[in-house]
Amino acid sequence: MPRPVHWSRRGRDAIRARLSGRGQQSEMLESLLAFGGLVLLRDSIEWEGRDFLKALIKQSALCGEQIHVLGCEISEEEFREGFDSNINSRVVYHDLFRDPLNWSKNEAFPRGPLEALRAMCRPTDLRPVTIALDSLSWLLLHFPCSTVCQTLHALCRQGDSSPVERVNVLGLLHEELHAAGPLGALSSLAQIEVTLDGTMGRTSAHILYRKPRHRPAHQTQWFSILPDFSVDLQEGSTLQSQPHSDPHTLLVDPTAHLTFNLRLSKKERETRDSLTLPFQFSSEKQQALLCSEPSQASSHIFYEPDAYDDLDPEDPDDDLDI
Amino acid sequence: MADRSGYQQMTALGRSRLKGKLTLLCDAKTDGSFLVHHFLSFFLKAKCKVCFVALVQSFSHYNIVGQKLGVSLTTAWERGQLVFLEALKTSLDIFFQTPAGPHPLQFLREASARNLQPLYAFVQEALKPEDGGEATWRHPVLLVDDLSVLLSLGVRAVAVLDFIHYCRATVCTELKGNLVALVHDSGDAADEENDLLVSGLSHQSHLILRAEGLATGFCKDVHGQLKVLWRRPSQAAAQRDRSLTYQYKIQDKTVSFFAKGLSPAVL
Repeated sequence: MPRPVHWSRRGRDAIRARLSGRGQQSEMLESLLAFGGLVLLRDSIEWEGRDFLKALIKQSALCGEQIHVLGCEISEEEFREGFDSNINSRVVYHDLFRDPLNWSKNEAFPRGPLEALRAMCRPTDLRPVTIALDSLSWLLLHFPCSTVCQTLHALCRQGDSSPVERVNVLGLLHEELHAAGPLGALSSLAQIEVTLDGTMGRTSAHILYRKPRHRPAHQTQWFSILPDFSVDLQEGSTLQSQPHSDPHTLLVDPTAHLTFNLRLSKKERETRDSLTLPFQFSSEKQQALLCSEPSQASSHIFYEPDAYDDLDPEDPDDDLDI
Repeated sequence: MADRSGYQQMTALGRSRLKGKLTLLCDAKTDGSFLVHHFLSFFLKAKCKVCFVALVQSFSHYNIVGQKLGVSLTTAWERGQLVFLEALKTSLDIFFQTPAGPHPLQFLREASARNLQPLYAFVQEALKPEDGGEATWRHPVLLVDDLSVLLSLGVRAVAVLDFIHYCRATVCTELKGNLVALVHDSGDAADEENDLLVSGLSHQSHLILRAEGLATGFCKDVHGQLKVLWRRPSQAAAQRDRSLTYQYKIQDKTVSFFAKGLSPAVL
């Protein structure tokens, strides 16, 4: 009997949107926001991810959620550019761009980036919430990787213990700035990983879904982001860019180039079945042993007993039934 | 493609989008300092207030080149348009005596320089708007030559990124000015700190000008190629205009740019 699937409110909304035939454009974004947890957005110098992040934020806002943005890289004014007033009213910008390290020695300095992030772990609002981190790279450069991962984990799991549903955490990550270790650690925390790439002036998103107890699923989508931060999906180009290979999967067939057989032919199987094992005692072996004449024995054993030897004239094998 | 004066062309490319932006000058296997001289003379001629943090050359060096390009740094300095931090000269104050108060190059004395806050304070003071009255100069500009040398002086890459972050917040966002900085890309995979610095700065930049040597080696008539990459394209920039490549030749008083393979010397 299969276990019933538990759909979050977001998941039900995504299905409803699909059934109602709302534009295909929002389908991709909804599928990224449907399951909660950490959505890792990996960008590069050439293919910037902030517009995609803003598109996801717009989608969340249209679903009626409140979005908290931890802004470390650009000013609030620049971040809000392009959003209409409806969306801007739902976005709360925590400004850590102007003075993130408290160089102005402001007495009234509210809190640093990590404290602001930890405060988001204690939700006071019952409405569903999306948290956008702009960017995770800034946090990783200034705080130890383990601290950042622990804080992210606490953020993502707050839905388990509070009446609020699971929270979406959108993290923007600049791939070139980090070594394989921190990247791998964040990958393992993420439910969904979106890697931005492109070719010939067109952008693509390679999406990796990691649902618990399921195999990871890949999807590649070509798109462009319109000035109002809605997404325009495009057909795949013939010049597909190579997706970034997942470092955990090996593409080598392990059954190739072996020095032993994994399979037996019919003849080999018959030969194997008819083979007598050396230590298996069958009636033929018994006869062979009894028939061997003691006078024909070719070997003798000469034994010189010591002074301390306890020689027992009885044969200890007498009670064996041979 | 007509061989227009290179500086005119570059200026036309960048003019409308240059305000309030960070422009990163990057060079790989060649010397990109001609870009620094260009931007210095360009902003001085445009009557902007310029703060120049010169870490690698002396004042007279920039002055001589500036005169070829039509500006006098001495005059600009005298009338208050140019604030010049000559690190080669100022560092002697730090090395041979203990400074009385905070000094912009304080990190030279510290065993492990944690941050560049005193240098940022110097920049902030140099470019703060004049009190009262009308502004004599147009929007402020910070020019740094160059940032890679800070790594050699013991400053960590994250500290340099933080310094540029704070300068960007003040100069670009608050004062709506420009920030232009040169960094060397060694292309050496073993130099992780420099890679981190170049990548981190690239992510913060709006415009990246990358001067590279030719792949085929040194050439008398084509000194290198320049790649122009617009990032953080505000909605106005179309996707196809984001990246351009030119080849260039540096002459005595100017630089000429042309499309790849179309140098007059080879046609």
